[in-house]
Amino acid sequence: MAAMFFVVTMALYFAATVSYLAYLLWATEALSKISLGITAVGFTSHSIALGVGMVGATDVSSPGFHEALSFSSWVLILVFIVVEFRHRMHVLGSFIVPLALISLVFAAALPESAPTLTPVFRTLWVHVTLSMLGTVGFAIAFVAGVMYLIQDGLLKSKRFNVLYSKLPALDFLDHLNQQSIVTGFPLLTLGIITGALSAEFSRGSYLNWNPEQTWALVTWVFYFVVLMGRLTVGWRAKRAAYLTIIGFAGVILTLIGVVLKGHGPVS
Amino acid sequence: MHIVVVGLSHKTAPVEIREKLAIPESRMGEALTRLCSYQGVREGILLSTCNRVEVYAVVDEIESGYGRIQDFLADAHLSLSSEQLTPHLYWHEGDRAISHLFRVASSLDSMIVGESQILGQIKEAFEVALTHKATGIILNKVVKKAISVAKRVRTETKIAEMAVSVSYAAVELAKKIFSDLSEKTVLLVGAGEMAKLAARHFIANGVRHVRVTTRNPQQALELANRFGGTAIAFEEFREDMASADIVLVSTGAAHYLVSEDDVQRSVKQRMNRPMFLIDISVPRNIDPAVRHVDNAFLFDIDDLKTRVERNRGERLNEAEKAERVVVDEVGVVRHWLQSLEVTPTIVALRARVDDIKQAELDKTLGRLANLSAPERELVEAMASSIVNKLIHNTMVTLKAEVNTSEGTAFIEAARRFFSLGDPAVSDVNGNETSASEPCHSSQEDIRDSEEVTPRSGSKAPDR
Repeated sequence: MAAMFFVVTMALYFAATVSYLAYLLWATEALSKISLGITAVGFTSHSIALGVGMVGATDVSSPGFHEALSFSSWVLILVFIVVEFRHRMHVLGSFIVPLALISLVFAAALPESAPTLTPVFRTLWVHVTLSMLGTVGFAIAFVAGVMYLIQDGLLKSKRFNVLYSKLPALDFLDHLNQQSIVTGFPLLTLGIITGALSAEFSRGSYLNWNPEQTWALVTWVFYFVVLMGRLTVGWRAKRAAYLTIIGFAGVILTLIGVVLKGHGPVS
Repeated sequence: MHIVVVGLSHKTAPVEIREKLAIPESRMGEALTRLCSYQGVREGILLSTCNRVEVYAVVDEIESGYGRIQDFLADAHLSLSSEQLTPHLYWHEGDRAISHLFRVASSLDSMIVGESQILGQIKEAFEVALTHKATGIILNKVVKKAISVAKRVRTETKIAEMAVSVSYAAVELAKKIFSDLSEKTVLLVGAGEMAKLAARHFIANGVRHVRVTTRNPQQALELANRFGGTAIAFEEFREDMASADIVLVSTGAAHYLVSEDDVQRSVKQRMNRPMFLIDISVPRNIDPAVRHVDNAFLFDIDDLKTRVERNRGERLNEAEKAERVVVDEVGVVRHWLQSLEVTPTIVALRARVDDIKQAELDKTLGRLANLSAPERELVEAMASSIVNKLIHNTMVTLKAEVNTSEGTAFIEAARRFFSLGDPAVSDVNGNETSASEPCHSSQEDIRDSEEVTPRSGSKAPDR
């Protein structure tokens, strides 16, 4: 049943993506409403899929990348819907919904609830949830960064097209970028700590310098520097946008690397 | 008697020529007196703004009139010869001259179509001309008409919104950089009209912090008071620029006041918070190289206009509507001017009295039904004789005075005395303006005509 809802969700997110990309070109009020409608139905279906999956999950099954990615996709859409209702920022959908779709497609490519090789603790769920929430924060910072650079480029080159008129103000995007990192960074920090704890439980060591752990730490240090740079020496605006895009590329690489290595649980 | 205009504007002459030709307010009176002293120039008015210098005049002959006015323009400025001037001048007469004035007043000919400043400038020029008795019956009416046409254009079309739209465009752009303007600071450098308008727009859109600087500290203080902001010293504004989120520059300086380094430094001091710079000066006051500075967004007047161009379709529509209003009104004035010619006035006068005579005859003869044919003829002859004697003197006076400077005043008077359907009385600015003309010269016309009448109309039985 969860699988069926999962497929329906993916189809709906795909339709919403197409619709939101069309919105970038024509930017009519009708398109934004249709897109939001499809997204909302998709989100409902997604929630059901996740809920059914949760119910079906037992103590012995550990969350795999499938669940993690599906969950982060769900959070992305949730954040988008909240922001959309608060700020009426339709164009955000054109960036976030495709990202959520990509996340979901990756999830679909991976097996559900990978078999557990190591003793599983409830902390792993906490670890995955926190890490993924942190990742969603960075994903939104990434989206804000991309939108910032586009708007910055349009303003600099004085090309006043549909996109220009739909994209929000630069300082809003910069603020969104900052807020996403400020929110995402502590979540990732907690995610890493709980990960280390569960690794200690499962493998007996907090840190064994495997590639995922190394990358996760590199990512953490990177975002730490970005955040400090912003708060102390004014790494904002364009520089912040570039840095968060680079940072998110690092996050994606970590995830892809881990997935390709065929690891089951996140560690 | 012809209305002519000779002048140059931002469309035909560069600013170097325009500024040389511009007549300062203090010398306006002297210039008007000199203009009217030229032979064959009956009436004159001078319009001198930063975008145009124009002489409107009523002259006896078109060609010689053009020459006189050109001499006048060149004379005032020893640094410019008539030959240097010629390529930049335009000459219009009659309907085209009137239409030109209407278009200028309606701001259709302005650098920023729809701006309202020009109307005020025309009113001022008119006041000065009235004070110096430089205008007469024709220019008084035409200029007043121009003012009313401009008002009509403003109310009937959306053209005024377009000028506002340049400052509107500035605000709109700012909103793409800053989501909340209320916490932002605007720095106004210089006191150019457009920049002031833009500053006002920013304030209307929530900006609460305004800083003003001009070369003249007194003016900066006045502006700061008006905008509820603070004045800062002109010498220090570059150092102070970092505190401003929006910098509006509009000064008369012929060189760059703000360099790339200035902006680079400010952005650094601002910890890379974006800066929005608007250069409304011509020539530009902010180095265009500022475009290369990250997090600084520079827009000049052309960029803003391009932004405005997006509503081009509507804009053209409105301008077309305005042009139609102008054409309409030129027709009204033409009609009035024609009525000021002597022949149609005499014909109209003749027709008017004949109508009265015929009506009275019909009434009387209707009651005297038993009159014989010769008796009827006698009564008719008497009626004709009375009206002919009554209008004879008017006719002779009109014909005699037509070529003197008061000719139009006589014709106008005759038309009013005999109610000869003067369209101008009812259509131009309403009745009260023609009835109580503030213009001194028209009163003079009346006084003159009283003095003149006995000379030319010695046969007048009443005098």
